[in-house]
This record gives sequence, C-alpha cells and structure tokens, in this order.
Amino acid sequence: MAVGDRPKDAPPGGGYALTTLEAMIAWGRKYSIYPFTFATACCGIEVMGAFGTHYDLSRFGAEVVRFSPRQADMLLVAGTVNYKMAPVLVRIYEQMLEPKWVVAMGACASSGGFYNNYSVLQGIDKIIPVDVYIPGCPPNPEGIIDAVVILQKMMETGAPRASERWPIKI
Amino acid sequence: MMTERQQSAVLAKLAEKFGEAVVSTHSDFGDDTALVRRERIVEICTFLRDDPACLFDFAMDLTGVDYLGETPRFEVVYHLYSLEKKHRVRIKVRLHEDDPTIDSVVSVWPGLNWYEREAYDMYGIVFRNHPNLIRILMYEAFVGHPLRKDYPKAKRQPTVGPQE
Repeated sequence: MAVGDRPKDAPPGGGYALTTLEAMIAWGRKYSIYPFTFATACCGIEVMGAFGTHYDLSRFGAEVVRFSPRQADMLLVAGTVNYKMAPVLVRIYEQMLEPKWVVAMGACASSGGFYNNYSVLQGIDKIIPVDVYIPGCPPNPEGIIDAVVILQKMMETGAPRASERWPIKI
Repeated sequence: MMTERQQSAVLAKLAEKFGEAVVSTHSDFGDDTALVRRERIVEICTFLRDDPACLFDFAMDLTGVDYLGETPRFEVVYHLYSLEKKHRVRIKVRLHEDDPTIDSVVSVWPGLNWYEREAYDMYGIVFRNHPNLIRILMYEAFVGHPLRKDYPKAKRQPTVGPQE
C-alpha cells in the first residue's frame, strides 16, 4: 500500500496524530484564555476597545470575559491601584485557579505611573506576581493583543509563570 | 453696591457682637472674610446661622490649610452661604501646631460631619465633640496625615488585607 492510501472502510477524515498530553493541554489553553479584567482607570476603556469589533481580541481565543475570578485564568489589571484597593486585588488573585497569569496594563499598574504620591501602589508587582507588562499611558488595544500573544507563547512553551518565582528574593 | 454694603454689614455685625474674638476682617475681591479665635467658633457659627440678618443656613465647605513655617501653622476655613439672603462669608481659624484642636460645628451644620473627618484625615486637625471622628478617605492602618506639607512624598504605606 502506497503512502497516503487509506483502506476503503476507514472512517471519514480518519487517521491520527501523535502528541504529548502536555502539548495538547497547552494547545487547548492557548486558544481558550478566559480573561478577568480588573479595570480601575482609563486603561479599562482601551480594554473595551480591544474586545470590540475593530480589534476583536476573540481572534486570539481570549474571548470570554469572566467577571468571576474563579472562572478566569488571566488577570488583566488595567489602571491605577491604590493602597486601599490593593487588598481587593490580592483577594481576587487568590481566588483564581491555577494555572493563572497576570498582565499589568499601563504605566500605573506596572510602576505607579506618574502617581508618585501617598495613596497609589507603585506597581502591582509589589503585591502579586506579574507575567507580562504592557507599557503606555494608556496602551492602545494592540498592546493588549501583544500581551495575549506573548501569554500564548508562554503557554505553548511551558515558560515558568511569575508566580513560580514569587516572592522575588534579591 | 447694594450687595457690597450688605456683605460688609455681616462682618460689622460679627465684629460688634464678638469683639476681640474676631481678630480681623476684610472684603478683598468682594469676598467677606473674618479671622476668628477658635475658643468661640461654635458660638460664632450658631450666631451666623440664626441671626436674622445673617441666616447662613448652608455650610458649603470646610477645609484645612497647612502654612508650614508660619505660626500658628494650621488654619480651618469655613465657607458659608445663605440660601435666604444669597450672600456668603468665609470664616478662618488659626491653630497652633502643638495643639491642632477645635470644637466641632456638626451640632450647628450636620452636613459638615464628613468635611471635619476629611480635615482630620488629611491634616490631623482634631474636632472636639465630633460624633464620629475617624478617617474618611485613608484606611485605618495609614500612618500620618498626607496633606501636611511635611509629609514625605516618597513615604510608602503598609498594605493591609488578605495577604497578611
């Protein structure tokens, strides 16, 4: 039998593929990111733009926004987080199931931005591990798409998550 | 002209009634202002609210000011408005750094409850006889009073909550 020929009684579309379980799970994970948006400032508007028809984040599988952290695996922190809000963010992060990834969107979430004052947390990585930082004030929707693509690469290659090296010891 | 005479009348009446408790008055830029002593603030506020020529029934704002380097250092400012008479007056009280306390005027205008809490939160000005003098914007574990001019900008606060 020549290569490519199939028996007459083979099921339609038959054949099979070989893979590892890890690779299959990673593949599934990659195209079914459930984001939880923690939007506190103008970055939240850009997130809405990213989910809208023009940029259409659902092309990347990150389509179903879950407003319960228990059903999400990507925490998108979009906006300024102040000291009073910090415990809320930690509580939300702790409610998410493993494995989970965190994206710090914009200058405020990454470093406090220009709010160098008494009330604003100087970057959410002071309290929770962050996998991807998006620069900008605010970043445009392409920035969010870029972050999702980077996360997909991390999922695909099994790159260590930030929570695995948390807390950072210097 | 009419309103100017009327506004000045409030200050004149205040000075006449309370004598040396009114330290100074002015009407710069048309804004009637009186600097008064803190000991009689409740009395003065009650008078301003109830006197038929004043009728300041609406306390629009209360805020603290920190004049770091001056003595006395702190100031409490009351902005009053009369819905009846359509006139305004601004009352100021200076407080010393070592004793920044003043009697609460919540008993006169209940609406100033949260304003006094804010002044306490931000400047550490203590309002005696306030019904509920706790921080209003900052959280309980916050150390210091952030709008004081000597509050260090780079000071970081403890984060409280589930991570502890």
